[in-house]
Amino acid sequence: MAKAFSRPATFRDVSTNYCPGCGHGIIQRLVAEVVDEMGIRERTIGLPPVGCAVYLDLYLDFDMVQPAHGRTPAVATGLKRALPDHIIIGYEGDGGLAAIGTAEVIHAANRGENITMIFVNNAVYGMTGGQMAPTTLVDQKTATTPLGRNPERDGYPLRLCELLATLDGAAYLVRTTVSSPANVRKTKKAIRKAIEVQMGKLGFSMVEVLSPCPTNWGLNPVDAMKWIEEKMISYFPLGEFKTPEDKNEVLIDDTPKREPKTK
Amino acid sequence: MGSRMLMKGNEAVGEAAIRSGCRYYFGYPITPQNELTAYMAKRMPEVGGTFIQAESEIAAINMVYGAAAAGQRAMTSSSGPGISLKQEGISYLAGAELPCFFVNVVRGGPGLGNIAPAQSDYFQATRGGGHGDYRVIVLAPNGVQEMADLTMLGFHLADKYRNPAMVLADGILGQMLEPMEFRRPDFPPLPPKDWAVGNMENRTSRLVSSLFLGEGELEKHNLDLQKKYDKIQAEEVRWEGLMLEDAKVALVAYGTSARIARGAVIQGRAQGLKVGLCRPITVWPFPSQIVGQISENVKNILVVEMSMGQMVEDVRLAVEGRCEVHFYGSTGGGIPAAEEILERVKRLI
Ligand SMILES: Cc1ncc(C[n+]2csc(CCOP(=O)(O)OP(=O)(O)O)c2C)c(N)n1
Ligand code: SF4
Repeated sequence: MAKAFSRPATFRDVSTNYCPGCGHGIIQRLVAEVVDEMGIRERTIGLPPVGCAVYLDLYLDFDMVQPAHGRTPAVATGLKRALPDHIIIGYEGDGGLAAIGTAEVIHAANRGENITMIFVNNAVYGMTGGQMAPTTLVDQKTATTPLGRNPERDGYPLRLCELLATLDGAAYLVRTTVSSPANVRKTKKAIRKAIEVQMGKLGFSMVEVLSPCPTNWGLNPVDAMKWIEEKMISYFPLGEFKTPEDKNEVLIDDTPKREPKTK
Repeated sequence: MGSRMLMKGNEAVGEAAIRSGCRYYFGYPITPQNELTAYMAKRMPEVGGTFIQAESEIAAINMVYGAAAAGQRAMTSSSGPGISLKQEGISYLAGAELPCFFVNVVRGGPGLGNIAPAQSDYFQATRGGGHGDYRVIVLAPNGVQEMADLTMLGFHLADKYRNPAMVLADGILGQMLEPMEFRRPDFPPLPPKDWAVGNMENRTSRLVSSLFLGEGELEKHNLDLQKKYDKIQAEEVRWEGLMLEDAKVALVAYGTSARIARGAVIQGRAQGLKVGLCRPITVWPFPSQIVGQISENVKNILVVEMSMGQMVEDVRLAVEGRCEVHFYGSTGGGIPAAEEILERVKRLI
């Protein structure tokens, strides 16, 4: 009988450090599955975030370069320019990508860097103990908004996909979640498409994943998934915000768009 | 090749970098180093290299981090305010043991300061500048020829030690025009970059990182870094002496100040004054032993800087009280005057 479910080769056989019900593990497994199915492990380079997933290299078995908090899109730019035939996958939380690294992500997207960002939106700073993130919902209680996020003082939750969608260099922007098996499958499809966009040298791609942090939300894993569906999705709508089809561009055209001039 | 030409200091750095095999330049405009950024924008495409005008100095140094992790020679350049922003990245490069090269064409600070030449970033350059126990190799040229030579040396030492290396210049050195030539330095072969990421066929995966969370891991890493720094201190000190043999007063100065001090020594000797000059070429590693030896034979040392007194601290540490150490500095855009140096020498002899 054929095996229906097994560990992707790229997904290391180790026990997880994540809290029960955390979304990081699901998302990383999806990355591993896609990388294996596309057969690109030898030319994939990952960038672990500064955040709960800082040990990304413990779970995913390909080359990794660890940047400073939020600088992932800039480091990924340097990597991609040096290794244009490699697949560069940055992985960051909402603190990294939507607060401290906002300038880096906007400009990497605007330059149309052929990199893929996996953006884990869990509405808090997980690693440092559940402080407010740029994506924290209005009235959501966190360690630094003990009475709830007050937009008059703290501003509004930041929608990164929508923000980047105004940029010509951004080729593929999508928001998904891992709140149900169906949504997990959609997330996997989105990751694959983002990498295809990168391989087609069509420009910047980002998959924003609404992801549970039961620990800092003070919810059990099941209720955390419900909270995504009931609270997060209404503010952070799922779907594609920009696709190459908008511009009638072809996916997987592996001929370099920017041929380096050699003398 | 080998023929002399007139070149600006900033452009000499750029061409020397290209001749050193650097194909990745990431920068952000700031005076007084703009000629370098413009030169790289023109030259990099001609040699099939990459030039990116980044959105900030923070982004630029992190692009360097990425290209360096892929095993490529990469560089950035800036002046004080931008170098301050790069410190985060430099600390990560040092922590991850990535080679890279950068230039600080120093202007006056603190804050926005002004755009006049200065040497007030010596502490920032030689003390690390960012967080953690680390060192950057700091080379201090005194003219356009050395802007080129020390750039080539900087790339070599960076690769040799897997460490950031920099040229500490100033607005005068960056913008002055001098005859120079591009030499072909005869550096010994370098170790293979068997730590670089990319092309993972037939090997296990690699990790470039400055994170050491495991029990005792960071201690070991920092001790290993220290061993490397000790080796650099033992083997890479470079300096130049002028008429020190019988000197009663030794001047200690680097870069532009050393050019002026040199003029003062020549004038002083013409007047019969026993004055000499010690010019550190590496300011980290600092020629402490040399300065220590000099202090045994002179009555006084006079340190000349375009700052309110930074390198003078290294001189005092090296002298350990064996002779008196005096200071003459300029700030805010002024440069030390040879006459003023001589006046002080006369009082100290
Ligand atoms: C320059 C800098 N500032 C702050 C920190 C501390 N820090 C570590 S992780 C983190 C936030 C993590 O939140 P997020 O990016 O949302 O990732 P998560 O842990 O939620 O996955 C912060 C502020 C740091 N490491 N570096
Ligand atoms: S704190 Fe939140 S994001 Fe971090 S591992 Fe736990 S559940 Fe996941």
